[in-house]
Amino acid sequence: MALDDRKSHFTFVGTRPNRPDGLDKVTGRARFGADVTAPGMLFGAILRSPHAHARIVRIDTSKAEAHRDVKAVVTRADFADVPFKPGLEGEFWNVLENVMAGEKALYDGHAVAAVAASSALAARDALKLIEVEYEVLPHVTDVDKAMAPDAPVIREGAADYSVPEGMHPNVVRYHESGHGDVEAGFAEADLVIEDHFVTEATHQGYIEPHACLASLGADGKGELWCCTQGHWIVQKTCAALLGIETAQLRVTASEIGGGFGGKTTVFIEPVALALSRKANRPVKIVMSRSEVLRATGPTASASMDVKIGMKKDGTITAAQGVFRLQGGAFPGAPGDMTAMCAFAPYNLTNVRQVGYDVMSNRPKQAAYRAPGAPMGAFAVESVIDELCKILGLDPIEVRLKNAAREGTKASYGPTYDRIGLVETLEAAKDHPHYSAPLKPGQGRGIACGFWFNHGGETSVSLALSEDGSAQLMVGTPDIGGSRASMALMAAEVLGIPYENIRVTIADTATLGYNDVSHGSRVTYASGLATIKAAQHAVEKLCERAAAKWGIPVDAVKWENGCAVPSGPNAGDFDPLPLAEITADMGRTGGPISGHFEATPEGAGVSFGTHIVDAEVDPETGKTSITRYTVIQDAGKAIHPAYVEGQFQGGAAQGIGWALNEEYIYGEDGRLQNPVFLDYRIPVASDLPMIDTVIVEVPNPGHPFGVRGVGETGIVPPLAAIANAVSNAAGVRMRQLPMSPPRILAALKGNG
Amino acid sequence: MTKHHVTTTVNGDTVEYLCDARETLLDCLRDKLNLTGAKEGCGTGDCGACSVTLDRRLVCSCLVLGVEAEGKQIETIEGMARGETLHPLQRKFIEHAALQCGVCTPGVLVAAKALLEKNPDPTEEEARYWLAGNLCRCTGYDKIIRAVLDTAAELREAS
Amino acid sequence: MQYHRPASFAEASDLAAHATGITRFLAGGTDVLVQLRSEIVTPDTLIDIKAIDGVRDITRHADGSWTLGVAVTGAEMSEHPQLGREWPGVVEAMDLIGSTQIQGRATPVGNLCNGSPAADSVPAMVAAGASVTVTGPAGDRVVAVEDIPTGPGKTSLAQGELISALHIPARGANGGDAYLRFIPRTEMDIAVVGVGVSLRVDGDTITEARVSLGAVAPTVLLVEECARALIGTTLDDTALAALAAAASAACKPIDDKRGTIEFRTEVAGVLAKRAAKIAYARAKGETA
Repeated sequence: MALDDRKSHFTFVGTRPNRPDGLDKVTGRARFGADVTAPGMLFGAILRSPHAHARIVRIDTSKAEAHRDVKAVVTRADFADVPFKPGLEGEFWNVLENVMAGEKALYDGHAVAAVAASSALAARDALKLIEVEYEVLPHVTDVDKAMAPDAPVIREGAADYSVPEGMHPNVVRYHESGHGDVEAGFAEADLVIEDHFVTEATHQGYIEPHACLASLGADGKGELWCCTQGHWIVQKTCAALLGIETAQLRVTASEIGGGFGGKTTVFIEPVALALSRKANRPVKIVMSRSEVLRATGPTASASMDVKIGMKKDGTITAAQGVFRLQGGAFPGAPGDMTAMCAFAPYNLTNVRQVGYDVMSNRPKQAAYRAPGAPMGAFAVESVIDELCKILGLDPIEVRLKNAAREGTKASYGPTYDRIGLVETLEAAKDHPHYSAPLKPGQGRGIACGFWFNHGGETSVSLALSEDGSAQLMVGTPDIGGSRASMALMAAEVLGIPYENIRVTIADTATLGYNDVSHGSRVTYASGLATIKAAQHAVEKLCERAAAKWGIPVDAVKWENGCAVPSGPNAGDFDPLPLAEITADMGRTGGPISGHFEATPEGAGVSFGTHIVDAEVDPETGKTSITRYTVIQDAGKAIHPAYVEGQFQGGAAQGIGWALNEEYIYGEDGRLQNPVFLDYRIPVASDLPMIDTVIVEVPNPGHPFGVRGVGETGIVPPLAAIANAVSNAAGVRMRQLPMSPPRILAALKGNG
Repeated sequence: MTKHHVTTTVNGDTVEYLCDARETLLDCLRDKLNLTGAKEGCGTGDCGACSVTLDRRLVCSCLVLGVEAEGKQIETIEGMARGETLHPLQRKFIEHAALQCGVCTPGVLVAAKALLEKNPDPTEEEARYWLAGNLCRCTGYDKIIRAVLDTAAELREAS
Repeated sequence: MQYHRPASFAEASDLAAHATGITRFLAGGTDVLVQLRSEIVTPDTLIDIKAIDGVRDITRHADGSWTLGVAVTGAEMSEHPQLGREWPGVVEAMDLIGSTQIQGRATPVGNLCNGSPAADSVPAMVAAGASVTVTGPAGDRVVAVEDIPTGPGKTSLAQGELISALHIPARGANGGDAYLRFIPRTEMDIAVVGVGVSLRVDGDTITEARVSLGAVAPTVLLVEECARALIGTTLDDTALAALAAAASAACKPIDDKRGTIEFRTEVAGVLAKRAAKIAYARAKGETA
């Protein structure tokens, strides 16, 4: 949406006040998913398949049901999609099938039954009383093998219209886009490099396992407390899976202990509701870490071929990529996103990209921070680096030469509005990090990254209190400090102190629909809605002042928290502060509130450039990150400390993905590392301080210029580190993670 | 199965609970004493979200049995502030934006307090290695380490 | 699961001897509780040995040798004013295990009894020539540390037997030890390769050496060929190369989620050289 009221001078926005939930979180009183109880509560536990692919021949729950501590047992038969009540289709059916297996267990860890018992221990013990007879089927967990002609079929008929004829049934979606003539472009190039790249699946790795407390009665009315990135999608999905009306299920989002995309769907919530309905008591389910790693969504693994042609002066003449992504036993791997993001930073005459969504016997992939983008950037930014190296060109200058700008036709179709890639590259070039001397054994790498950002359905409500304070209700769970940024934006519009605004994440019964906190949309979309809701309230405040003064409302304007006459002709009245208007509001027309509901479309794409120094031990292949700088366009940083935090967190996750994190499946198709001991996310001693530079190129689609900042930070690190390793050790790593055995093997191969 | 009766001291208060021998101290703190500040992030001692001190020694409460707490002194995040006054680490964590989601924060704070009691002047490297058992997935540790070092400096100045 | 807290090793042994099903002893619990929580091993009988007198004691005897109680933790070893000066490799090896939190609970004896070939403290103890007292229904016996593990998760302890003390010999003059391990991160990982070296010098010449490798075979190895490569040398390049070759040759590793056969074999040699240099410098009284 075009907005003509964009601000450039701010009182509150851009400051760094303490976050409103800080006290609760440093004292341990903040209530996360697993931190609540209910009277009469039972504990649920879920039985999971030990097989990667198996037909469920028989489930005998009678012994568990007979146990005196067990109050309910559920299987797939207890959900909405039963023979006498069919009708779930599309993603709802996929989610149900993932939440509780039907005819087949599709991956190691797939839920097959659940119990509710009087204690957590009793529930876990009762699982051992459930007998499941499996007929083990051939399985496949690798993306390339899953596309091969002899691969076992995960599910017939899962492919959509986009898939070309002749592909294996495991290929379920196909994407192709681009423009120009890539063959002609390659012919113009002085150097063409084509390479194959592989990335392994990684998990979002939020520290809080999924947890919920559910209560559902036979009357179809329910209450659900859970840690989620979006409780309306939970409400909608659970209602569908349980066969109840959406509005009858009230969902409250707990404090959320990290999500990164992984808490945008449901896993245990429908199961807890089904158990509760059967037992007629509240049921709490808390996942263990191994359940989180085995059965919740990691990101996709990828197999990619990228070909880029370049002239001696650094001009890219053509670029082409094929991106095959495996997303587990369901459609959804973001092959299309990978394809669309891969070349998005560049102004290309000739570009073509293809993406495949492939099923395999792994858990259903879930979004993970810029889903799909980091893999493609790893391949593309590595090839560009190699081209620069061979042609003797500076990698930043080459990127500047080819950088997308306002008016560039993007590789995925649209024409860019105002964007900030060039500004991040200029900032990188000028940053002391880029020219700092390196020690022997160290290498420096840079890479760029892109993410679309998202708007999404959004509702915000703001109510003023008699004493002049304001309560703001937003519907996007606060993962990283968004309550602080909402309050800053509301303060900016209302002109009252930040501290006078209380921001609440409203439950589904008290606010209209909100999409999940994903797509870097919260500060953008809920922020925009907050500004609009506050402006709505300001309009009413001005009306009350106009009425009091006996002048037309268009003769009143709002300045520094007060209604004032809009000019000398409007009359001579003292400024009327907000608190004076609200003190009288009961007598002057009733409560004053502001609302806004919309699906804003102007999210504004985001770019970043990272600089990293890596040191490689030539005798062991171990890589240490010695310096890291993130430069990213935030549009406008509302609370700069939490913008920096997003940059730093994205970089840290990217470092983990690049160096050590991976899903390791055995020949038996079972996940071999479902614990934090062996799923190796970065620890404090692994990382240096992560420097940040916030570039601000205002987004025309937001009143204050905000662009989402949550996701782009994870896009460049994989390639930036590979490029640094290449410069440090002389080996080009085309497979992630760049674990010490892989780097040492590459070094030996070179020697 | 017979349960064990345990009498122990948590944040200076004498408390009692009945537990199964298989239940961890973390289970007992959370489910029996309603002290939910310590979190279970892994259950295997790898994430540190359940950090408490047991007789002044920093431990993962998921790796201590509830029955082992008999006669011990336990300190949790709930005992860190003194009345209305936050511990300087708690205050600095808010000021430095050293938390995003906040689920690791109680464990990090308990561990950082143990560090500063043992070493009032840690280097960045010492702080990072001391806190290596406290996983944080949101922050990249940068602001956490800054908050810890800044608290240490403030405490040294005050003493 | 039955939980017992005996007051003596004899009582602990008696409980274990008469228990049915799976029995585990609980000291630090950092392996037992993980296995319990993950339902890998749910003992029928759990015997907590921390209430036995003296299990937290670190004692230096008149002859310079050491006895450590079975519940002595890594943190207590690191904090001891003298143990780490005499046996820095043993203390550092223990200190490498897990986090600060783990250090507050984990014990070298537990690390040994867990039977993992990747146990960090074990190669250092083997290199140091450490032994343990085993208490059982037939009384006490003293066993070399390297003779306790018999395979992954397995030990030579019979039913009713438990370790009741850890003995580390006197360091003596001109000795030094070191332990290094390889892990992909900086902390919190299980060793992919571990190397313990203890040696003694006369002037510049190595007169005694013990070299032990971890995570490269079903049990921690004491490698005579590595010792022979060192003894009689001044740790020159030839000796280091011979040491690395002997270490690599001794490896009988597996490919697993933590490392490959090739990687473990290669890095065993690399770490052997690095650890030997540290131990050599320490033996000569230089700072390593």
